[in-house]
Amino acid sequence: MYGLYNFVTGPLVWASFAIFILGSIYRLVSMYALAKKKDAVSLAYMDWKFSFRSIFNWLIPFNALGWKKNPVLTVVTYVFHICLLATPILLSAHIILIEESWGVSWWTLSDSTADIMTILVIVACAFFAGRRLYQKDVRFLTTGQDWLILTIAALPFITGFLAYHQLFNYQVLIIAHVLAGNIMIAAIPFTRLSHMFFSVFTRAYMGSEFGGIRKAKDW
Amino acid sequence: MGIQDRLIEDVGLREGVSRLTEDKIQKTVNAVIQGETGARLKAYAEICLRCGMCTEACHFYLSHDQDPSYAPAAKVKQTIGTLLANSGRVSPDQIYNMAQIAYSECNLCRRCVHFCPVGVDTAYMMITMRRICHKLGVTPQYIQDTAHSHSATFNQMWVKDDEWTDTLQWQEDEARDEFPDLRIPLDKEGADVYYSVIAPEPKFRTQLIYQAAAILHTAKIDWTMPAEPGWDNSDMCMFTGDFEMMGRLKRKHFESAQKLKVKRIVMGECGHAFRSVYDVGNRWAGWKHYPVPVVHSVEFFWELLTQGKIKLVSKYPGPVTLQDPCNIVRGRGLGDKLREVIRILVDGEIVETASNREHNLCCSAGGGVINCGPPFKNARVAACKAKADQLRATGVKTIIAPCHNCHGGLDDTVHKYELGMEIKFLGDIIYQCMERPET
Repeated sequence: MYGLYNFVTGPLVWASFAIFILGSIYRLVSMYALAKKKDAVSLAYMDWKFSFRSIFNWLIPFNALGWKKNPVLTVVTYVFHICLLATPILLSAHIILIEESWGVSWWTLSDSTADIMTILVIVACAFFAGRRLYQKDVRFLTTGQDWLILTIAALPFITGFLAYHQLFNYQVLIIAHVLAGNIMIAAIPFTRLSHMFFSVFTRAYMGSEFGGIRKAKDW
Repeated sequence: MGIQDRLIEDVGLREGVSRLTEDKIQKTVNAVIQGETGARLKAYAEICLRCGMCTEACHFYLSHDQDPSYAPAAKVKQTIGTLLANSGRVSPDQIYNMAQIAYSECNLCRRCVHFCPVGVDTAYMMITMRRICHKLGVTPQYIQDTAHSHSATFNQMWVKDDEWTDTLQWQEDEARDEFPDLRIPLDKEGADVYYSVIAPEPKFRTQLIYQAAAILHTAKIDWTMPAEPGWDNSDMCMFTGDFEMMGRLKRKHFESAQKLKVKRIVMGECGHAFRSVYDVGNRWAGWKHYPVPVVHSVEFFWELLTQGKIKLVSKYPGPVTLQDPCNIVRGRGLGDKLREVIRILVDGEIVETASNREHNLCCSAGGGVINCGPPFKNARVAACKAKADQLRATGVKTIIAPCHNCHGGLDDTVHKYELGMEIKFLGDIIYQCMERPET
């Protein structure tokens, strides 16, 4: 068991971060090369000011028409994304591991706050799953890819929650948790999770078109 | 639920798919996807999270009892999404379904842009689908006829060269009863304004040319109209997916203006033609922006009225509501100027519809949908129910719609839903209320 634990928390973490970073660079560079080759009439209109105007306006909750018309989804989406990103980065257990390895550390969340944020992520995932199952339009749209990324996003939090509360077999769960985290990090460039970085550019492009050519807001 | 339950028989689509095989489809689809699309399509297809936020944006969805297959992302899934998922290998019957969705169930109005956090452009996906259909030879008959007309005559209504100048002289003649020294100057080099129209004007809305001539004459504008092809600024080829012809049309239009060395082009009250000139056709022809300044008549009327070149003897009795045409408001930010013009012209308030300005609901006619003709008319008007509800709720009797497609679409809508409203162009009102020059 210790051998396996050492493997998933050692070489596998390096591997998944390497896949994440190199994979992301590869995806971004190849996508940019493709855009330069085939989308000249789109790239030509990219504009810093209107890109940031659009990104900024879409980051404000309830600012865009879409957010206004989907209020429950808006709240869940914001809570989900904030907790999904902040919890693993600011979790004291994670920081202790990093400090032991490299001697660096930073501010952490209290364990009870992190616990609540973990529960919020799990609840949000359940909400998203519920929409996929029971909301007509979303059910019509849902594909296997959507279930895949929902599972990938939910598993580290579910296993982390169970391990932290020492429910079931701790040793198995902590290994499953690390494994799930590794899978998520490595999957980002190659699944729909890539919206993490591609959506910045699609948003910026839409902002540039609307600001520069259509002279209208796009939110 | 789904496109297969609402197929409409159209001879253009039917004949088109009868000539297809799966091999031919796959070859053509992949030629377009690999040859003409790139990172944009790839990114959109990859990052659409199927969240359903865009669903409520679409008037087709809102008007069809919330049938999920009409949601923007659902239309993408049933068309280009299916092609991508199957490497372009689908049956001819599936192409029929996809063509019906792309040509007749999306107005390319881009309201869904305001609903998508990651910035997916559904209109782009739909127009790419139409491009594939065009290459496959599967286009609705009526709109294809207008595209053929564009190819043969450079206007969409088969107006012959002599009929064009004849029509202008006829309108000049008519107008001289009212304005004895009025001219419609043809091919006047170096004029300040080159006035361009869409071909339905000489074909069956000639009074609009009369009105425009009256307004330009009264405002003492140095203007001209071209005697030769290039005068039609419209562009059905943009909507069928015939981009090569779209480029030729725009080139002809701009070159006709350049040849006359005019200062700028002023366009009549049309939405799609404006989109073609500033956003789509110009790009295909290789102009990042347009080579000759182009002004939509909403802006032009705003100039005439605020600079005192047109004075009013009366105001049009309000209250009124207005239709924000997607191509000039969501597409070109003319919402404020449009309202300023209306405030000058109308005595009474502007009662806004529940969705307005950039967030307006589409008239369901634009994007080439009305041009798909009679087979699709009932489905088109049915999709305007949400709009009809919003119009009825304003409680007013007049809709101002500065766009030909909006006009045509709302005409059918007002009739079908018994709204009892009349629809006006800005030109109608200016012509009615302006101070005539002393004779």
